[in-house]
Amino acid sequence: MTAARWGAVALLTAVFLIALGANLFAPAPYAKQFRQDLNHSPAQLYPLGTDELGRDRLSRLLYGMRISLLLAPAAAGLSTLLASLIGGAGAYMGGAWERLTKILIDLFLSLPWLFLLLTVRALLPLDIPAVTSVIVTFALLGALGWAASARIVAATVRDLRNSEFVLQARASGCPPSRLLIRHILPNLRPILIAQFWISVPLFILTEANLGMLGLGVTEPLPSWGNLLRELENYAALTHRPWLWAPLISLVLVMSLFQFILSGEEYAS
Amino acid sequence: MSLRAIGRQLITILLTALIGGLLGATLVRFAPGFGVQESDLNAQLSAEARQALHKEDARERNVLSYYGHYLGKLAHGDFGYSRSLNRPVMELLKDRVPDTLYSLAIGVGGGWLLGLALALPATWKRSPVYSTSAALITGVFLCVPSAVLALLFLVVGSPGRIAIALIVFPKVFRFSRNLLIKTYAEPHVLTAKARGLSGLRILGWHVFPNIAAPMLALAGVTLSLALGAAIPVEVVCDYPGLGQLAWRAALARDVPVLVSLTLVIALVTVAANSFSDLLTPAATRDVL
Repeated sequence: MTAARWGAVALLTAVFLIALGANLFAPAPYAKQFRQDLNHSPAQLYPLGTDELGRDRLSRLLYGMRISLLLAPAAAGLSTLLASLIGGAGAYMGGAWERLTKILIDLFLSLPWLFLLLTVRALLPLDIPAVTSVIVTFALLGALGWAASARIVAATVRDLRNSEFVLQARASGCPPSRLLIRHILPNLRPILIAQFWISVPLFILTEANLGMLGLGVTEPLPSWGNLLRELENYAALTHRPWLWAPLISLVLVMSLFQFILSGEEYAS
Repeated sequence: MSLRAIGRQLITILLTALIGGLLGATLVRFAPGFGVQESDLNAQLSAEARQALHKEDARERNVLSYYGHYLGKLAHGDFGYSRSLNRPVMELLKDRVPDTLYSLAIGVGGGWLLGLALALPATWKRSPVYSTSAALITGVFLCVPSAVLALLFLVVGSPGRIAIALIVFPKVFRFSRNLLIKTYAEPHVLTAKARGLSGLRILGWHVFPNIAAPMLALAGVTLSLALGAAIPVEVVCDYPGLGQLAWRAALARDVPVLVSLTLVIALVTVAANSFSDLLTPAATRDVL
């Protein structure tokens, strides 16, 4: 890994730590209203100003980042687990199971990701408490975002199943459970880790899109998605540039992820 | 391309439609509010009339007969009735398809033009500065939510549909650049270069035939990508397309509209992917 990539990892870790310690760094609780200072410009008390309800923007941004940066990896963990179970099991068992999982994966991949989320999210109640909306949003991301990873996992398991060392282990009488644990899973680990890290920025971005459409995390809880909704007031963007802060922070974090994940491409 | 492969792809499309239909029927059947009759609130209806309507409704409560009924209606082009927009779903789809097709044409066409326009010089020049700049530009568009991109276009007074092209182009650029670099390094291309053939002739006669199949596979993927990006773009820019319809239906919990849209979109993308899969070597599919 190059020095630049190490730098990006360090910067991303710092952002994670700041988001994790939002309650330590934020000047105020995310829902606290300063009713005498509605729509206040940046000042010493409010470094990024206040919103139309008088809530400190910096505090909301830090707490919003915490929600997105903590729950996107959780959702990525769920989707990677599902991908390994569905794609891996189907390819390992082979035959009809493999064909069935292939159809299932193709069906999920054929639907545009955001459209699938929108449909399933709409079937769940929309007027739910804020905390439930966070869980529902990220659980849906994890539960519906496994298909692309499953396709790669299935391809890898198929290759491993037919590899010489696995055939030799099978011929030596190695039981299927031992074959899976000792020979397949260790070789699958790098793929699963890569799929996990690819999913994290994708889920952060998707939550942002869902939030902007009003189907993500609900108020008063902040998330990158619902913080970006302030950009819809685009008449105010020119004379209140601090409204860009959520977008700038999102682009920064996403760029760091992109830079780390596609380091080879930048190096070439 | 064998007849067997075509038959297999047709069966896949049919199976997808069937699974999609069953999934749709299940969602409609178990969605909250199923079976609630507006007629119950109509004081002008007699008790007998209401009872007759309920009797009809009770038949629908049996899941299996409901599946049959739903798929039967679907086969005749009856996609149901939108409760929130008070119109047959078929009419809504017909009204909104042209707008989405226009968005897709701009999104997919623009994305491919931009992606290839950046990828070809990156292959020919092999300059680290150009490669890094192009990779950075594509990287930026991978970092911005499509809804925000559309909003930015509105702010500067440009058509928001361009945002779809900007979502599609990084995928085209990265894939085609890697593919082109690989193909240009193949012995037959190097030989053609050594024999002094022009750049255009090498591209048209020696490179393009080799990359056509995987690029076609990418076309299916970009269609699905563009359809997904069309939702936030149409919502933010207020374009009356299928994406906006899906969003409105989602907010109004209009399940028949959502299910019909799911089915139509799944069929379109499965058909597009199947078509490109037929012409693509298996090894390429897993890397897309």
